[in-house]
Amino acid sequence: MSARDFLDKLEPHFTKGGRFEKYYGLYEMVDTFIYTPADVTRGKTHVRDGNDLKRTMTFVVIATFFCILMAMYNSGYQANLAMQAMGLEKADSWRGIIMSVFGYNPMNPVSNFVHGALFFLPIYIVTLAVGGIWEVLFATVRGHEVNEGFLVSSMLYTLILPPDIPLWQVALGISFGIVIGKEVFGGTGKNFLNPALTGRAFLFFAYPASMSGDSVWVGVDGYTMATPLGLAAQGGMDAVTEAGYSWFQSFLGFMPGSIGETSTLAIMIGAAFLLYTRIASYRIMAGVLLGMIATTVLFNVIGSDTNPMFDFPWYWHLTVGGFAFGMVYMATDPVSAAMTNTGRWVFGALIGVMVVLVRVVNPAFPEGMMLSILFANMFAPVIDYVVVQANIKRRMKRNV
Amino acid sequence: MEAYISLFIKAVFVENLALAFFLGMCTFLAVSKKISTAIGLGIAVMVVQTITVPVNNVIYHTLLKEDALSWMGITGVDLSFLSLLSCIGMIAALVQILEMVLDKYFPALFHALGVFLPLITVNCAILGGSLFMIERDYDFTESVIYGVGSGFGWALAITVMAGVREKLKYSDIPAGLQGLGITFISAGLMSLGFMAFSGIQL
Repeated sequence: MSARDFLDKLEPHFTKGGRFEKYYGLYEMVDTFIYTPADVTRGKTHVRDGNDLKRTMTFVVIATFFCILMAMYNSGYQANLAMQAMGLEKADSWRGIIMSVFGYNPMNPVSNFVHGALFFLPIYIVTLAVGGIWEVLFATVRGHEVNEGFLVSSMLYTLILPPDIPLWQVALGISFGIVIGKEVFGGTGKNFLNPALTGRAFLFFAYPASMSGDSVWVGVDGYTMATPLGLAAQGGMDAVTEAGYSWFQSFLGFMPGSIGETSTLAIMIGAAFLLYTRIASYRIMAGVLLGMIATTVLFNVIGSDTNPMFDFPWYWHLTVGGFAFGMVYMATDPVSAAMTNTGRWVFGALIGVMVVLVRVVNPAFPEGMMLSILFANMFAPVIDYVVVQANIKRRMKRNV
Repeated sequence: MEAYISLFIKAVFVENLALAFFLGMCTFLAVSKKISTAIGLGIAVMVVQTITVPVNNVIYHTLLKEDALSWMGITGVDLSFLSLLSCIGMIAALVQILEMVLDKYFPALFHALGVFLPLITVNCAILGGSLFMIERDYDFTESVIYGVGSGFGWALAITVMAGVREKLKYSDIPAGLQGLGITFISAGLMSLGFMAFSGIQL
């Protein structure tokens, strides 16, 4: 008996009048995850495309593939390096039991990869489990469908957390992101802020000790290692070169940071995929990039004697911190971004300008990508409003 | 000059009256259903704020502050306990005068602002602006800049709020949260975004 027959046999129990009518959302989730839904659009005028919401969302998850690989490898690599530096023989936590098979040599790719996976997977599993419970709960009570958008949010959320974060905080953050950031507005497509970033911002302000500072970016207890961006915020470009980071290294992503944000190369591959499948808007990405470059050049020209960040060049802004990840995966979220084409340029540029502003002139936060995107999300409806009004005015004039 | 620019930016973003201090919430929540009306109210608040803060500043510095009456030859008198009362009275009087002037000379603008002008008389963002001015001891130029900046910041916040609420029209909000409930949650989430500016030292 194939899975299709099995699902077809179950279906009557879940449809109207069936015994488990209330749990239709659960059935629908499993069914449409495995098979393409049979529903087609009806009526006369409708843009038809094989690329439905489900595939769009799945494509975004696929696009993060190289980020995930790099996330696992780099987290393990950094942890192994840290243990070597501290002279530790074995990890004290439960990871030590598994890792005793593979050893802790940072030159050994298998050891790096497995060690990193032991950081990445628990966070991802907790995110999926806790977020999934909320998602299914809301779907069941409110009678909407469990949407693949959740898979995207949980994957992106996992990739932007520091590796050392306690798992209960992971659960708390995704709960806030899913419930307050998305479900109170009615689920996927109805929210106005990016849910993954909302969850992370909540953690950032509620538990700053586990989300920022120098000791959270490498998954070894008691090991202090600033991210290149953290170093830059203290001492500018000189501090980064002094610590031995080359630009190429930061481009490849072998540096401490949030799990999946470090490798600009892996992110670029994902970006190429998203642009090729036309899921992400190139206008937003270009807007963010241009806004960032313009503001950085402006700061470079102004210069400052007291603030070394003024001289930080744009190609470093691109590779350190969460800039590239936010630009490719977060800013292009079609729900919370601007919807008009002109608006997308403005929306992107706003993010690019804001992120450099926060990085350079706000000493409270070394990184500004998360808050910049949330800030631009708020402005997206107003940007669209202005664009639409301008368009109406222009066409009125033409038709007098 | 630089100090004035940073004071302006601080008043607009870092110390946004609506989203950092949660002042003027009643009108902020009640009149933010449509972007066009929100812009109208925002402009009204900005105009009133630009006038009242400097006027209150002059009154405070020439009449109420400790030893302020020395230009009349009276020393040792401190009337600053009256500043709250005088600010409220001043705002109410100024709004009334502004309304009459607009009615007489700019009827179009008067009709555009309509009901919002009298509404502003009791807006705590306006009073808050004047009281902050007194508390922080701004001189006259600073008070003008602060008045424009804080009014603009409030206008910006209510416009963004209206944009978000227009977008939320297409949302599917649970029955218990519809209306004000979701607006409160949205305002909270918006101030999360404005946190990007907190800590900026200018």
